[in-house]
Amino acid sequence: MAVVSGKIAVSSMPTVRRSSSTFDQGFRWASYGSALVVLAVLAGIIGTMVYGGWPAFREFGFGFITSSAWNVGQDQYGAWVAISGTLTSALIALAIGVPVSIGIAVFLTQLCPPWLRRPVSTVIELLAAVPSIIYGMWGLFVFAPLFAKYVQIPLNSIVEGMPILGTVLYARVPSGVGMLTAGIILAIMIIPFIASITRDILDQIPTVLRESAYGIGCTTWEVVRYVLLPQAGVSIIGAVMLGLGRALGETMAVTFVIGNANRLSLSLFDPSSTIASRIANEFNEAAGMQMNALLALGCILFVVTFIVLALARLLIARVKTR
Amino acid sequence: MDTALYKNAETASPTPWGRVRRGRYIADRALKIICTLFTLLGAFVLGWILLMLLVEGIGGLSPAVFTETTPGPGTQGGGIANAIVGSLILTLLGIVVATPIGVLAGTYLAEYGKDSTLATVIRFVNDILLAAPSILIGLFVYMLMVQPMGGYSGWAGGVALAIIAVPVIVRSTEDMLRLVPGSLREAGAALGAPMSTVIVKISWKAARAGMVTGVILATARIAGETAPLLFTALNNTFWFSPSLMGGVSNLPVTIYQFALAPYQNWRELAWAGALIITLSILALSIVARLLFKKDKVR
Repeated sequence: MAVVSGKIAVSSMPTVRRSSSTFDQGFRWASYGSALVVLAVLAGIIGTMVYGGWPAFREFGFGFITSSAWNVGQDQYGAWVAISGTLTSALIALAIGVPVSIGIAVFLTQLCPPWLRRPVSTVIELLAAVPSIIYGMWGLFVFAPLFAKYVQIPLNSIVEGMPILGTVLYARVPSGVGMLTAGIILAIMIIPFIASITRDILDQIPTVLRESAYGIGCTTWEVVRYVLLPQAGVSIIGAVMLGLGRALGETMAVTFVIGNANRLSLSLFDPSSTIASRIANEFNEAAGMQMNALLALGCILFVVTFIVLALARLLIARVKTR
Repeated sequence: MDTALYKNAETASPTPWGRVRRGRYIADRALKIICTLFTLLGAFVLGWILLMLLVEGIGGLSPAVFTETTPGPGTQGGGIANAIVGSLILTLLGIVVATPIGVLAGTYLAEYGKDSTLATVIRFVNDILLAAPSILIGLFVYMLMVQPMGGYSGWAGGVALAIIAVPVIVRSTEDMLRLVPGSLREAGAALGAPMSTVIVKISWKAARAGMVTGVILATARIAGETAPLLFTALNNTFWFSPSLMGGVSNLPVTIYQFALAPYQNWRELAWAGALIITLSILALSIVARLLFKKDKVR
């Protein structure tokens, strides 16, 4: 694309009226300044979290991350329950969401008749537009009771007393809320993101590659498995990490369905909490060290999501420029 | 085209039941069935959520919902009129603050910065902010405005929403400006127009529909945001104060508080509010899509 530099445009027109040249400079600075606002916001978020969380990090040291104590009365705070809850719920979300998203992307790019493509993509993308609080309400009032009735209670009678399953899949209180429910709701929420990016990636693969594979008699499965996935692999991992970034920071939906318990449990059906849900629950009533501990949690969440999102962007960008 | 090619492959090996081919045939069918099922599942979930919202929300919809303010704990009746108005004000405030910043920053990336180091860094940071957890933006604005100003305020809520909207607008503005052919800009520059005039009169004009789409999508995005409002605008059971100081009632936080409360009429109002907000957001998203589609065809 041809480059039009501001300098040339101005200097080659010495007779331009002064007011318009002032406007030109002002416009340039305004856009430059606005772009810097974006940087300032990121710096501000990092600065705030570090500044606010510092007393907690100083007080509890590295033990803040590994300790699972969260006792407001005694002013003892540890982040482990929230960290492990965040990671576990996000991993459950990926385990369910990734295959479904890739399936949807393959359907949209390879199997779907052309007239159906647009409506189906629109429906999937509208899933992303639904606010997270709606997923929370739906999860708590519609999904959780059904989940308790048709999954937890029957499963309880099967797995009771079994060595490992009896711990991991046993619900002491089969209410439907808990870690696994949060993971499932998160999966539904990240599917539209991963699916639409994966669809775009698959669309970018040259048609010639697919045609030649079909030409030597490959089935659709073989084209997907041996041509498309190897070709798009790295950027699909980027898309998955973008979904992971969303799942780690999701707040309202998780707050509704995870049960907000402060203790560690090995069962996927037990209530737990994530970093985001704990901040949402406690921040308004927090004061003193509790507030510092919550800001320290925010700091950890920001660092983790920043790394995940940065890696995602790098993986996706690498393929785009090729 | 793909299916036609596939049919050729099938006629070339007409018996999928041959010993070697059986596995391939099964894998192929399994892939197609599973992918179709997953897509149906996605559509089904959206349908299920919308249906539940309609079923639970329509019962709660009454004229009082739009005319009366939120009821106190344990009282009967009431509506969410103040929350609806408050949400409109906060969303409007957010988008009014975010639009000039976002459009100008997007313009910088597409027209001035291009591939310079600074522009690359800003583009990267913008992409991170686009997906950053919104609750952290709530914390940031709490520390930035609520704590120094000594209380929750509508202004803080508006700023928090603006911070969420800016990256969306930056991204769409830059993408749209990059689609404008360079020859158009050259034509303007050749007439002796300064760069700002070229951008405003030519680039922006050519990319207008896409940029408007971006602003509408940003509006849809912030209209339902709850987490950043929890620590900034919070909530209020009264009408907003004109100075916007003090908590401002808004739909998302009201839904959050009312849905989890033990009062029957609060629950009903929460469902009614959820229905209103979801339908408005889906309507905005669909309008944005239609607008953009028209632009593409042209």
